[in-house]
Amino acid sequence: MQPQTLFWILLALAVYGYYLGRKRALTVSGGNIRRLHSLPDYYGYYVALWCALPALAILSLWLLLDDKIILQWVLAELPPTYRNLPPDRLSLTVNVIENLLAGERQASTVDPALAEAAEHYRQLKHLGYQALTVLVLAGATAALTWAQRRITPGLRARNRVEAVIRIALIASSVLAILTTIGIVLSVLFEALRFFEMVSPLEFFFGLHWSPQIAIRADQVGASGSFGFIPLLTGTLLITAIAMAVAAPLGLLSAIYLSEFAKRRTRAIVKPLLEVLAGVPTVVYGFFAALVVAPWLRDLGARLGLSISSESALAAGLVMGIMIIPFVSSLTDDALTAVPRSLREGAYGLGATQAETITGVLLPAALPGIVSGLLLAVSRAIGETMIVVMAAGMAAKLTLNPLESVTTITVQIVALLVGDQEFDSPKTLAAFALGLTLFVITLLLNLVALHVIRKYREQYE
Amino acid sequence: MSTVITERHTTPDPESDGHRTVGDYTLAEPRITCRHVNVFYGDKQALFDINLDIGQREVIALIGPSGCGKSTFLRCLNRMNDIIEGCRVEGDIRLDDQDIYAKEMDPVLLRARVGMVFQKPNPFPKSIYDNVAYGPRIHGLAGNRTELDEIVETSLKRAGLWKEVKDRLDHPATGLSGGQQQRLCIARTIAVNPEVVLMDEPCSALDPIATATIEQLIDELRSRYTIVIVTHSMQQAARVSQRTAYFHMGRLIEVGKTTEIFTNPRHPLTEDYITGRFG
Repeated sequence: MQPQTLFWILLALAVYGYYLGRKRALTVSGGNIRRLHSLPDYYGYYVALWCALPALAILSLWLLLDDKIILQWVLAELPPTYRNLPPDRLSLTVNVIENLLAGERQASTVDPALAEAAEHYRQLKHLGYQALTVLVLAGATAALTWAQRRITPGLRARNRVEAVIRIALIASSVLAILTTIGIVLSVLFEALRFFEMVSPLEFFFGLHWSPQIAIRADQVGASGSFGFIPLLTGTLLITAIAMAVAAPLGLLSAIYLSEFAKRRTRAIVKPLLEVLAGVPTVVYGFFAALVVAPWLRDLGARLGLSISSESALAAGLVMGIMIIPFVSSLTDDALTAVPRSLREGAYGLGATQAETITGVLLPAALPGIVSGLLLAVSRAIGETMIVVMAAGMAAKLTLNPLESVTTITVQIVALLVGDQEFDSPKTLAAFALGLTLFVITLLLNLVALHVIRKYREQYE
Repeated sequence: MSTVITERHTTPDPESDGHRTVGDYTLAEPRITCRHVNVFYGDKQALFDINLDIGQREVIALIGPSGCGKSTFLRCLNRMNDIIEGCRVEGDIRLDDQDIYAKEMDPVLLRARVGMVFQKPNPFPKSIYDNVAYGPRIHGLAGNRTELDEIVETSLKRAGLWKEVKDRLDHPATGLSGGQQQRLCIARTIAVNPEVVLMDEPCSALDPIATATIEQLIDELRSRYTIVIVTHSMQQAARVSQRTAYFHMGRLIEVGKTTEIFTNPRHPLTEDYITGRFG
């Protein structure tokens, strides 16, 4: 039986177990469910869980492992000419067998020994499924019967079921944490490999970024320097421009929305503003590259400034527009969440609307505002598409917003696009950059959390 | 609203047009005069033709069952209803013979003259000092730091809080207990030196001991300010006020000396309420 069918049968069995358990609970209670420790439903869930969980565990373990075990088995039976191959050649052989199994090669075109191995593999797999079917169904039925027998009025079914649910909840959060750890570790190890080739000193303090590695000794233009400072200044420059746009616009629009706008205006304007966050960044990218950057260049030409057609200013301005909703939405929420009583208290003392906002509401909403701002900064630092399209790729060490600059994320993209060798520092540099970026945004988040916590303690 | 109507409900229905307030609502030397005040929230009318005078240096208590309009009326006196969307006030309310709803009346200046203490203590998320100094600062009442210090100290003393907080003026006000917070709010209100203080159930969130402190404070404040207090507690009304006004379903049913209202109510609705038959 195919594992998929097996899964559905198992599910059906669990549903049946639920009814059985429920019925049994009603029977042992003698019609008076107040004699039961838990509600009858819980006895149903109890039996269903016993029936399904161990069987599911067996099923998934089997599916995870059976390919590997059978493959070892089959390989062990191959003629010695194959068995004694070095690992890389052996993996080619395994490939041939897999292709045979997938029907991508005809048995007649390969060594009969391999064809036989593939056939054997198929048989074993089939046999395995049969064994699995018997094992799972028998196990599930046995568990079902056993659990059902255990039902007495005193059985704490609710507590058992709730324990399972609690474990499931913990498992979900652990999964999320493990994923994060996995990502960090994978980036970390690659970054460490990079730092074996390039000294951290050069990376963190070098003023020149030109990650070209000579493949041949006589190649031209292959300097291979990995100073990350130009990328950092580029990132910070663009982020600063973006925040210079987003912070005032976002704050002021949030104040307008929460304090001045009529309810109907607010109901229309707020979603519209939030649409800004929903526009794909690539769309912002070509808006920046095709509309804003040329406009800035022409404007500069008229004013006698030379503005490069790919400039930090263009990218920063458009990015600023993009992150307005992060600032405005969170600020607006924070302002709206300030208790009405504080507002009335200020008005009751004869404060004007402006005095109420600046003196009472903004300070009270500060944690929310700060977290909104920092979220926007994180977003700006991590943004790639707009910068790729509008700010260029040139790693210049400059604070002039009119020139083209590049950012950490853009360079990561550039390093990983196209055919790459995974042992050259050029490729590995991407991981070092990724790790640095991760640390920067992590620090920002920690600062945000700290600010929020500090003021929350003080004010509530 | 009035869920329990007793068999003694023989009075003219308050909804009918012929309703008139029992008792004399006028005073010889009024501070505030209200004539024909109607308040609407959207289409719904909350107050019907209220006439009431409020005198110099008296404490007048507004009582009545929940939803009777006493808080709405209170909030008319410093135009607090202005900030509620869809609220409309009709009629004539005068403070020292000035129409407070006139075009040239600035609600901001009015609220400096008519201060307000709210049901739930609502100190700002600032230090104790800054809470009291907030009003004087925005109204420019103090020329320098010394004067401001003086105002803060006097206000806290008058609110009976000075001894408890004088060593921790820079602590957050939210760290005070509920009763202290409410006295701080009173100090904050009187720091602006208002002529009238409105109190909207100032003790409803407090325990009996804190309530007793505030009631005593109200009695002391009477020598300087006119106080209008909304309360759910009839004992409190009896203890702190000289005059009492009984509201019922948006109408002012009866007004008179507190002693008379509580010993000899003239209107059956008033009697039902103060004897605890409903409310």
